[in-house]
Amino acid sequence: MGRPDLSVDIAGLRLANPLIAASGCFGYGVEYADLVDLAALGAVAVKGLFLEAREGHAPPRIVETPSGMLNAIGLQGIGVRTFVAEKLPELKARRAVVIVNICGSTVEEYAEVARILSDADGVAAIEINISCPNIDEGGHTFGCSLTGVHDVVRAVRAATTLPIFPKLTPNVTDVAAIAVAAEEAGADAVSLVNTFLAMAIDVETRRPRLSNVVGGLSGPAIRPIAVRMVYECRAAVRIPIIGMGGIASARDVLEFLIAGADAVQVGTANFEDPGIWPKLLAGVTDYLERHGHAAVGEVVGTVDLSARETAWISS
Amino acid sequence: MASPVDVDARIAANHRLSDAYNILEIEAPAIARQTRPGQFVMVKRALGREPLLRRPFSVFEILRNARGAVTGLSLLSKQVGAVTRDIFLAEPGERIRCLGPLGTPFSVVGPPAHAWMVAGGVGLAPFATLAEALHASGVDTTLFYGGRSSEDLYRVPLFERLGVRVVLTTEDGTRGEAGRVTAPLQRELATAGDRPVMVYACGPTPMMRAVAGLAAGADRPVQVSLEPVMGCGLGGCYSCVVRILDGGARFVRACLEGPVFEGNRVSWADLT
Repeated sequence: MGRPDLSVDIAGLRLANPLIAASGCFGYGVEYADLVDLAALGAVAVKGLFLEAREGHAPPRIVETPSGMLNAIGLQGIGVRTFVAEKLPELKARRAVVIVNICGSTVEEYAEVARILSDADGVAAIEINISCPNIDEGGHTFGCSLTGVHDVVRAVRAATTLPIFPKLTPNVTDVAAIAVAAEEAGADAVSLVNTFLAMAIDVETRRPRLSNVVGGLSGPAIRPIAVRMVYECRAAVRIPIIGMGGIASARDVLEFLIAGADAVQVGTANFEDPGIWPKLLAGVTDYLERHGHAAVGEVVGTVDLSARETAWISS
Repeated sequence: MASPVDVDARIAANHRLSDAYNILEIEAPAIARQTRPGQFVMVKRALGREPLLRRPFSVFEILRNARGAVTGLSLLSKQVGAVTRDIFLAEPGERIRCLGPLGTPFSVVGPPAHAWMVAGGVGLAPFATLAEALHASGVDTTLFYGGRSSEDLYRVPLFERLGVRVVLTTEDGTRGEAGRVTAPLQRELATAGDRPVMVYACGPTPMMRAVAGLAAGADRPVQVSLEPVMGCGLGGCYSCVVRILDGGARFVRACLEGPVFEGNRVSWADLT
């Protein structure tokens, strides 16, 4: 038997493997080009872009917490046109598969950013950020209501023929219902989850540790919740799922795949170890070989819910 | 431009200087050979271990063997949290994760300019490599080095061997001049006449703010090595931003455009 096939198909977008650098954790991708072979990643999801440049929040913007970190960057960014002019050519030259994360303060802004990217050369897909917990306007506001999700996805759908992946917030009562709304509005896949709205306080000074007071929790601390949410969405929608939340090892990648994700994103772990990518791929390959799988797709959604055999531990 | 590398480096030695300070020597020649004065490394004890994120450290010394070949680098550390505690407790023979070199280095002046380095406590860290470079360029160099007490001042002979004139201050008067390091700096700026001087500063933010103000008042350029909270060191997370005043106020990443900045570019009111 040859090496297992690691490639995955996300709504017609063929990725060499299921590992995607998560938006907001990998700059515009070019920052990592000296350390990471961008062409060896399944794809690179670049930092969220509005129509115009954006300054973001004052520091401190991050704080480490047990098995994770809070961030409130505030979507600092160079604006979509500058990205297309200055970053996209280098990503293309390095043969990266580019997923562009887009933001908007209005439905119209999302659509306009999507149109600009549709006309650019080298964009493989659009991830729609309707889930950033750190900004007042747009983002999270859309992602927390069924009609908001529907309106944004519908408008972006009308603006582009590129594959579109709404990125969902976990800060809702029923994430599966949100995924269904995205699917019905024309999404090609869903990405989940963005960070969990959270807070940390310095008890000596009694001041919040982030200038924005609250921020988004990421890292291994959120992984079990994210796995549960992917599992719930897998049962609710037919479109592919890109799963994320605290992945730091090949076992974590497989946990998301088994729960129902077709591909995964890795963010916070890349801060600790920018060399994590080949290790994750090697671990996934080893697992597929041990379990006799010819292709990574064979493990997707294979969580075994059959009755457990309990006899031997009954005493 | 150098390419950063991430190594699992062997610890060669750990010099514990007090209950708080230590100098950790690590065998990372691939990083050390490329390092320029003012650059930093991102460090943690081991992957997969809490705390999750690495912390930035200025490269203190470039280590060489008897034949002059580069063998590694050292870090000057003061215990303030979990990672600096790990670094304090590390033993020779153990390993440490080290990514670098990173960041924009100091601009090293040449004669006839004089170099005045101003260090507060562990802010001495970037100045050993800078002093070497200035020595190699034949620059007349002074180190103003201050701390709360004598327990904050280390490795003065290292600088004296490089021909650096050293001015020491302690706030409690236990070593050198009593008071803050800015006092002798202010006096000497006042009597510098029209000598060209480049001021370099690293230390607590209030100290650097004061030094930048004094240098500006004396119409002398100043380079500061800032130490914002950093997530990745590579430009990926946008957490280490510093507000810069050129071309309208804007946030730039200290890990890429810094940690060294020209003092008059920094929006000091925004630095906490």
